[in-house]
Amino acid sequence: MKKTLTALVAAAMTLTTAPAFAELVVPNLSYRTGPYAANGIPYADGFNDYFTLLNERDGGIGGEMVATPECETAYNTEKGVECYESTKGEGALAYNPLSTGITYQLIPKVTADGITLYTPGYGRTSAANGKVFKWVFNFPANYWDGASVAIKHIIDQEGGDISGKKIALVYHNSAYGKEPIRTLEELAKKHGFELSTLPVDHPGQEQKSQWLQIRRDKPDYVLMWGWGVMNQVAIQEAVNIRFPMDHFIGVWWSGSENDVAPAGDKASGYKALSFHGTGMDYPVYADLKQYVVDAGKASGAGDQVGTMLYSRGMYAAMIISEAIRKAQEMAGKSNVNAAEVRDGFENLDLTEARLEELGLPNFAQPIKASCENHGGPGSAKVFQWDAGAKKWNEASDWIESDKDVLNPLIEEDSAAFASENNITDQCN
Amino acid sequence: MFYREAGDFKTSYREDSQTFPIKFDRLRYYAVLAVAFGIVPLFINDYWANAVAVPFLIYAIAAIGLNILVGYAGQVSLGTGGFMAVGAYAVYKLMTAFPDINIFFHVIIAGFITAAVGVIFGLPSLRIKGFYLAVATLAAQFFLVWLFNKVPWFYNYSASGQINAPERTVFGVFVTGAQTSAMAKYMFCLVVLTLVALVARNLTRGTVGRKWMAIRDMDIAAEIIGVNPLTTKLSAFAVSSFFIGIAGALFFAVYLGAAEVGEAFGIQKSFLILFMVIIGGLGSIFGSFAGAAFLVLLPVFLKNVLVGTLGWPTDLAAHIELMIVGGLIVAFLIAEPHGLAQLWRVAKEKLRLWPFPH
Repeated sequence: MKKTLTALVAAAMTLTTAPAFAELVVPNLSYRTGPYAANGIPYADGFNDYFTLLNERDGGIGGEMVATPECETAYNTEKGVECYESTKGEGALAYNPLSTGITYQLIPKVTADGITLYTPGYGRTSAANGKVFKWVFNFPANYWDGASVAIKHIIDQEGGDISGKKIALVYHNSAYGKEPIRTLEELAKKHGFELSTLPVDHPGQEQKSQWLQIRRDKPDYVLMWGWGVMNQVAIQEAVNIRFPMDHFIGVWWSGSENDVAPAGDKASGYKALSFHGTGMDYPVYADLKQYVVDAGKASGAGDQVGTMLYSRGMYAAMIISEAIRKAQEMAGKSNVNAAEVRDGFENLDLTEARLEELGLPNFAQPIKASCENHGGPGSAKVFQWDAGAKKWNEASDWIESDKDVLNPLIEEDSAAFASENNITDQCN
Repeated sequence: MFYREAGDFKTSYREDSQTFPIKFDRLRYYAVLAVAFGIVPLFINDYWANAVAVPFLIYAIAAIGLNILVGYAGQVSLGTGGFMAVGAYAVYKLMTAFPDINIFFHVIIAGFITAAVGVIFGLPSLRIKGFYLAVATLAAQFFLVWLFNKVPWFYNYSASGQINAPERTVFGVFVTGAQTSAMAKYMFCLVVLTLVALVARNLTRGTVGRKWMAIRDMDIAAEIIGVNPLTTKLSAFAVSSFFIGIAGALFFAVYLGAAEVGEAFGIQKSFLILFMVIIGGLGSIFGSFAGAAFLVLLPVFLKNVLVGTLGWPTDLAAHIELMIVGGLIVAFLIAEPHGLAQLWRVAKEKLRLWPFPH
């Protein structure tokens, strides 16, 4: 019985792992199920739709069609590994797993297999150091940039001095949530504020005790590093204890429409960072409507277009497509391989003019990557939620992160990785 | 026809008490070993190793460990995930503190460390049993996960609290880290699993195992006939945690390569392994294999069929997959409450008489 079962399984698996015949393959490791689905769905939709747009409008990139085979990870590392292994044989050019946990798994794997790992705004922060992390890119900003930008915004709001202020960090108790702590500790020393950290365990539906503590300690500001259902619960709890919403700032992963909507009107004023713009006011949406949405080719239910995380999925897809374009230009052929795409990432030069050509004027900061710099400009904007109009309004201009604090930390962390793995400077 | 005992004479005690007394069974066992060691490594690729074979082998080790505690000694435990975490963090600390010692020994030592922790959390079993013990072990699960999150020493003060397995070799071949070949991963886990299964099988057939079963079946009666509940229960916790610790060490070092305690070793892992043991069959080594195979292979198989062959959207497939696996578990347990191992036993009895059942 066991043997026939094994044979059956073997037959089914060999049948199904046959490669899809498209020239350029960018797997989409997404999650549309589980406690993180509310955030995973818009991102995955934006990612798919942008590539569908390129295929339908321009006939792909440089004449090559792009396939985005989707694989469900449920934000689970084991499933993420399975997805990586099952898609890498199809000629995958770049991975974007939208999970810091899966990113940590994949960093050694992509380094051995020679495939680019692109983690915009998440993943291992020190991957910004291209001297150590050859195959990993995390521009335009990372968690430590986020922490620094949030603190700078608080300083602006307080009129330049925050010494003696109390700032609390509510974070997802995982690699993702712990990342900013070290930076915030350094910044606390520099600016003289008092930092308290409040971990929330996966999946984050239980936060009564954390918010009780916030109510008791009365911090001046609360920062949040949350994801999935944790965001919605935290914002609701903040509303319940009547915490002033404009003193509650989420990182870019804690700022989607799906996170603030459940708390209703009271969520108005909640702030979140973002390293790109949002909303429908970009010319690209006219094309997107014509070629993708109205043509019935939208990914998922098609109801997420223009939302914050949809824009971010689109941003990731846009960067990957621009890197592929650059790779095609450098290699002088359209059918590029994974190594050439990596070179494309490293030589990426995304200018304001190029963004305008793409129909995304002022959507994001220009990026000029290099062998050393895999981290990008590291600036972000603060957005504020308007529950009445149901939209995110810009509450600041681009804020640059404090490189004096961050660069030594990045050096230190990447040096630790380099010595653990016997990596020497890859740029010389 | 197949399981004929006629003509299969035993002329010594040794022969009479061997693990597989029926000749066909024995041949089948050697055939499985030969295929697993001789043929599979030649054909295994990254996908098969990382998505199917290695998780199956590691979960089988964990299921054997839990089966000793729950199936043989009758002590319910929900702390498996926490004990796996102990194995994982122990092997991580050992690997980074003593890089020159062979990883194989690190894995074994990690097992012993987990055994010690298991004994400590097994102490309540002397006073409480059944559901109450389950709750006490649940405390172990949450305490251990909290501990590894809270104390930075366990993760060497890394910024993210992640632990990453450095590269280590056995006989010059990488078994951990990114350069590991599919075959090396598979072989390393297979060798450990084979050793573990041999030890477990022979422990459960001997005095120790009989004591465990006596305690399971009726602890007061066992005590009256001279079985010491203290040593018996604690030895069950120690041996079980030893195997689970080894599974945790391999799970982190060989399979995942990087882990985060709450996500990789949370309560759902405890339940998963308990389900493996229950579905496979309590008190059976074969059942541990069957349960692990069922719960590791079936989701991957279903995913490939639904998404790969039928082309369904991934979210629909993921939901249907949960429903199918859940439905099958219920159906199996209604049809055969003693698990897959009992199905196998029944099939064997039938085959013994087949084709002349009367």
